[in-house]
Amino acid sequence: MNNIFVYCEVTEEGLIADVSLELLSKGRKLANELNIKLEAIVICDQIQNIENQLYPFGVDVIHIAQDSRLFPYTTLPHSSIVVNLFKEEKPEIALFGATSIGRDLAPRVASSLRCGLTADCTSLEIGDHTENKTQKLYKNLLYQIRPAFGGNIIATIINPDTRPQMATVREGVMKKEEFSTSYKGKLKKLSIEKYLKEDDFLVEILERHVEQQKINIKGAQIIVAGGYGVGSKENFQMLHQLAEAIGGEVGATRAAVDAGMVEHSRQIGQTGVTVRPKLYIACGISGAVQHRAGMDQSSKIISINNDPKAPINKIADYTIIGNVGDILPKMIKYYKENSK
Amino acid sequence: MSFRIVVLAKQVPDTRNVGKDAMKADGTVNRAALPAIYNPEDLNALEMALEIKSKMKDAEIIVVTMGPPRAAEIIRESVYRGADKGYLITDRKFAGSDTLATSYAISLAVKKLAPFHLVISGRQAIDGDTAQVGPQAAEKLGIPQITYAEEFISATEKDITIKRRLERGIEVVKSSLPALITVHSSAPECRPRNAKLLMKFKHARTVTELQEEVRDYTELFDKRPYLQIEEWTVADLDANVEFLGLSGSPTKVKKIENVVLQQKETILLTESDKDIEGLMKELIDIHIIG
Ligand SMILES: Cc1cc2nc3c(=O)[nH]c(=O)nc-3n(C[C@H](O)[C@H](O)[C@H](O)COP(=O)(O)OP(=O)(O)OC[C@H]3O[C@@H](n4cnc5c(N)ncnc54)[C@H](O)[C@@H]3O)c2cc1C
Ligand SMILES: Nc1ncnc2c1ncn2[C@@H]1O[C@H](COP(=O)(O)O)[C@@H](O)[C@H]1O
Repeated sequence: MNNIFVYCEVTEEGLIADVSLELLSKGRKLANELNIKLEAIVICDQIQNIENQLYPFGVDVIHIAQDSRLFPYTTLPHSSIVVNLFKEEKPEIALFGATSIGRDLAPRVASSLRCGLTADCTSLEIGDHTENKTQKLYKNLLYQIRPAFGGNIIATIINPDTRPQMATVREGVMKKEEFSTSYKGKLKKLSIEKYLKEDDFLVEILERHVEQQKINIKGAQIIVAGGYGVGSKENFQMLHQLAEAIGGEVGATRAAVDAGMVEHSRQIGQTGVTVRPKLYIACGISGAVQHRAGMDQSSKIISINNDPKAPINKIADYTIIGNVGDILPKMIKYYKENSK
Repeated sequence: MSFRIVVLAKQVPDTRNVGKDAMKADGTVNRAALPAIYNPEDLNALEMALEIKSKMKDAEIIVVTMGPPRAAEIIRESVYRGADKGYLITDRKFAGSDTLATSYAISLAVKKLAPFHLVISGRQAIDGDTAQVGPQAAEKLGIPQITYAEEFISATEKDITIKRRLERGIEVVKSSLPALITVHSSAPECRPRNAKLLMKFKHARTVTELQEEVRDYTELFDKRPYLQIEEWTVADLDANVEFLGLSGSPTKVKKIENVVLQQKETILLTESDKDIEGLMKELIDIHIIG
């Protein structure tokens, strides 16, 4: 009772999605801090050895619901199962990936249970809260931290009175870390007939094409990222050339993606991917907080910007003041001359 | 019975264009510096509604927006583009509503418009990017949801087929009606205002707006009742105030912090050949690249 629950997404290959493993890693830490258990919910059809997949992440209980009608995901049966399970188990905290699935499911569940939900958290912490008016003290709440209002502010959101405290988190924001290879929990099979009703199958999938992730900027050690200051799709070619020369991937800001200079799958930041490369070269990027949320843990940052006052320079190890168009060709040239 | 489509549209501060003057000296947000706009994905939603209307024999589009009195602008912008009418949900008691309280109020308004076939919202509003109100309203209405709609394929009185945009692909789904659809920005863009409709509706006003007008609208409204934009309050919706505003919002903002950058010791370089060659050499030497 009153544990942390993580909704685990299942991929086409019958594996637990990375985002869910990342949430379990974070969930384990929160569970330790609160001295409670970590439980996983898996709703699927076929799955590869689920216990081997999940126990190493420190999962104490796996709730599994299996049925051919439960994959691919549709909203209503998954939300019925999660809602009913939550009514029985009364979790303290419930975490979902901020994915196409999680952002479809979590609000429906939150509405049904009348509890609070914070989307796209960039950090989760445990802390206390004293209500101003009543001076009532709430201990050990989940601080759901996210940028807000155009990123000019960082808001800490809490749900003092409703349970579970629900949050979604994007892929890559939390670190995937195994807890212990020998950890063992227990498996509970859910009898789905108890949870589902006929009406849950009102939506039918007629056609489906889901691709493997093509561009993998999340795993790249070097990222050459471009912002609105790159200027055009043609200029982005220079970033591709530099990335290719030094063995990196190209990333981008939302402003560059919105302007059509580069594809959305390369967007880095709060509403894109979070990256932690060895080297991050920010070209024509101002450094809005939503962008920094996705890259400020890079080991080394180089900023190329013609504005010496651009905020990104403040978190950069090196700042080159000047024009992206002039500097990138030189970097490519000198790299080629100096590398063996 | 005509095919009734309810569109949910929100007026939002244009957070995409937050300039330097958006923050006041004391570190609070200067809302006045941000223009209020039609939430971009709600325009995609309106376009999808217009397309569906054009394919059905006898369909009507009703826009519902919740916000301060000036959000009546959303209704006007909608009828200029072909919506049939709109309602503004407005009441001080709604202030401070989070997505749960908002979806509660919106679902009551939609219920007042029953029987409806479809509710269409944007995927998310750019002021918060939460994408929660659509699914939560669907839950409160007890109807299925189709999120991230990219293309309308077909519909009958009883069901609808929609192509959805997922992060790594697409899906075509068919749902029974009534249902709620949230529309993705990759769906067709909204058509511009129609000049005739603009002429027809440019004097559309809410009662609250009329109080600010110098001109007397009584006669005009008697002749053209369609110019009256109806406002719904908590009382009109028969809403339980406990579920509204701050008290109906389980999420509370504990703390707002200004974003303060931790100043790193940055090494300043120029674009001279010497500086850039030096940097590339150093990166190779310390094995970061190469
Ligand atoms: C809810 C929300 C979520 C968001 N999520 C994200 C997100 O995930 N990722 C993201 O990136 N953004 C996100 N944003 C947008 C973010 O707030 C910024 O608008 C965006 O990051 C700015 O991108 P930019 O730095 O490319 O553009 P700008 O802010 O326009 O900066 C361009 C920079 O280029 C420099 N420049 C111009 N010309 C040149 C030149 N020739 N040579 C060198 N430098 C030049 C300029 O000095 C400037 O610093 C989000 C916003 C909101 C409201
Ligand atoms: N105050 C509101 N009035 C009308 N529609 C709204 C309102 N708030 C949210 N919506 C609808 O819900 C969608 C998602 O909003 P959000 O959950 O705030 O990201 C929006 O695109 C709108 O279609």
